[in-house]
Amino acid sequence: MSRLEELKTRIKEALPGLECVIGWQKGFDPLHNTPLFMRSEADVDKLEWGPFNVHNPAVYLPTLAGKKVGIVVKGCDSRSVVELLQENLINRDNVVIFGMPCEGVIDLSKVKARLAAAGASAGAASAVTTDGKTVSVTAGGQTVAMPLAEVRADKCGRCQFPNAVLADTYVGDPIAPAAPAAAADADLAALDAMSVPERMAFWRYHMERCIRCYACRNACPMCVCRDHCIAQSREPHWLTQEDTATEKLFFQVVHAMHLAGRCTECGECQRACPMDIPVLALKKHLNRTIHDLFSYQAGVDPQAIPPLLQFKLEEDNIKERSW
Amino acid sequence: MAAVKYIASEKLPDWLKSLAEKSRVLVPVAEGGGVVFRPYAPGCQPVFGSDATAPPKGSVFPACQELFRYERGKDAEDPGKGTLKLLPATEAEPTVVFGAKPCGARGFLIFDRVYMGKKFPDPYYINAREATVFVTMACSTANVENTCFCHWVGSGPADGAGSDVLLTPVAGGYTAEALTDKGAALLESPVLSDGAAKAAEADSVKAAAREALGEAPDISTSPAALLAAFDDMDFWRDQSDKCVSCGACTYLCPTCYCFTITDEPTGQSGRRMRSWDACMHFQFTLEASGHNPRPTKAHRLKNRVGHKFSYYPTLHEGIIACCGCGRCIKSCPVSVDIREIVQNAVARAKG
Repeated sequence: MSRLEELKTRIKEALPGLECVIGWQKGFDPLHNTPLFMRSEADVDKLEWGPFNVHNPAVYLPTLAGKKVGIVVKGCDSRSVVELLQENLINRDNVVIFGMPCEGVIDLSKVKARLAAAGASAGAASAVTTDGKTVSVTAGGQTVAMPLAEVRADKCGRCQFPNAVLADTYVGDPIAPAAPAAAADADLAALDAMSVPERMAFWRYHMERCIRCYACRNACPMCVCRDHCIAQSREPHWLTQEDTATEKLFFQVVHAMHLAGRCTECGECQRACPMDIPVLALKKHLNRTIHDLFSYQAGVDPQAIPPLLQFKLEEDNIKERSW
Repeated sequence: MAAVKYIASEKLPDWLKSLAEKSRVLVPVAEGGGVVFRPYAPGCQPVFGSDATAPPKGSVFPACQELFRYERGKDAEDPGKGTLKLLPATEAEPTVVFGAKPCGARGFLIFDRVYMGKKFPDPYYINAREATVFVTMACSTANVENTCFCHWVGSGPADGAGSDVLLTPVAGGYTAEALTDKGAALLESPVLSDGAAKAAEADSVKAAAREALGEAPDISTSPAALLAAFDDMDFWRDQSDKCVSCGACTYLCPTCYCFTITDEPTGQSGRRMRSWDACMHFQFTLEASGHNPRPTKAHRLKNRVGHKFSYYPTLHEGIIACCGCGRCIKSCPVSVDIREIVQNAVARAKG
């Protein structure tokens, strides 16, 4: 039995006691998988596993609070589940976690760029094959092969958690994490190298095309204010409705601040952005600060308390008494 | 119908430059990983290949628009009395939207019935609509994407409805057909030449694109089918399970016209702003009492699909409030597919 078939069997066994199990199925074309809510055995048969399962299904858990649900996770997704547990936003008794080893997911923006360079359109993709090392996309009668390592999400290249950090059912043998990245992430390094005015110009340029759709917020598993978000609240009226880069960047900064020490860098904010705005860098920047100050990584230990959700009289790395 | 004209690709910048001398010319340009409409300036490199990430909706219906400004004051004669000065909004700027796909311009035909009707004419919309000319570009087979479904909603890749000029890519350049008087005026430019010799090639480009879209399923029963599913919340739960309730589908939609109004005060003065609303957001129909008739994402997605494929056509002679551009599918973070939902409703009604 293949690992996927074994996973399906295990989900079918658990399904009678659950509201649903969240996973992935094929989407409208071969480049797109889409979240799947399994409620029947026939639904389970649609389950897919592989590099097109780009979405983080943990985003749905807080909205299903109170119901007992199952969730299929990649390693990165499992960190979001753990972070939600740490913050008491979901109840451990109400979630059943299914995991398999993950070898990385693709970044569709990179695939689109590769296809465009070859004169093909991702929008015309008619077939995709992958052998774990290469992704071959057929579009408009032309087949373009690309190494998976070059079109996978940046997070996958340095992933330290290819196996779920927490799972009730784990199918397959755990695989070794990637070698830790030596240097800073390329996007952060590029921003670090800019002067402050240059950095501001960078963000203005990108935020100009933001459409204020809040896909970045709604695809984020840790963005749980949802219907009470400051971006749209009328009372109080924190943010104007103006369509300016300043206002839009202001929201991104608020979003990033609310995620400091909580963000697991799943990258959903950036992946979800229809306008391809590199908003993940803001969160990564704050995560780096949190790591430097508190030696903390979000979503790894269900018992840990995120640093900004607790108070310690004496912080190890903040020497305020000796300043 | 005016004669078909022709413009060589290398002459396009000349035409754009001359148009930009008289009005704002919005062209699709690459910005980061997206393609958006921006004012043309010499040197600007428009992207006329694949459809723009965001449609040219903001050309006539800005994402946020000032309706008026106000200033409060004191009556010098009677300090107990306040004064209020209203300052009208500025007039719309003459604009040419150049290089959108026909679906992006056709979207405004859906707006027109709402904002240019006799009952509630919208002066801001009418003002901007009348100041705007659309030069669109018919799709070739290279532009037909998996998410395109204009032929499902009574349109097609060379549908000129809503366009003033229709360009068609042919070898070496584009044919140009004027579809309105406003369009004919633009074609008087000397950089355009006679295109009669290219007309047949343009026709075959259009026909090939239409053929590449394949057959459209029959969704003519969607108004009744969606209404029949109105109270079936299990159906809507299943359709909306994966929706994350963001507004990408609505904001990228050339036919979504809902707005909200906000006062933006600064001390004693302020502005009244109108901005895009999104039926996917919780605040969409939130009432002052706190009651929300659309409390869940299932209710809200039901509204979005129902509005486009049932309520609007019922009020407007069967016209579907969707131009089939497919942006709501292509840019949805979780690939919610409105075609699938409509078909599911139609299948449900058949039993």
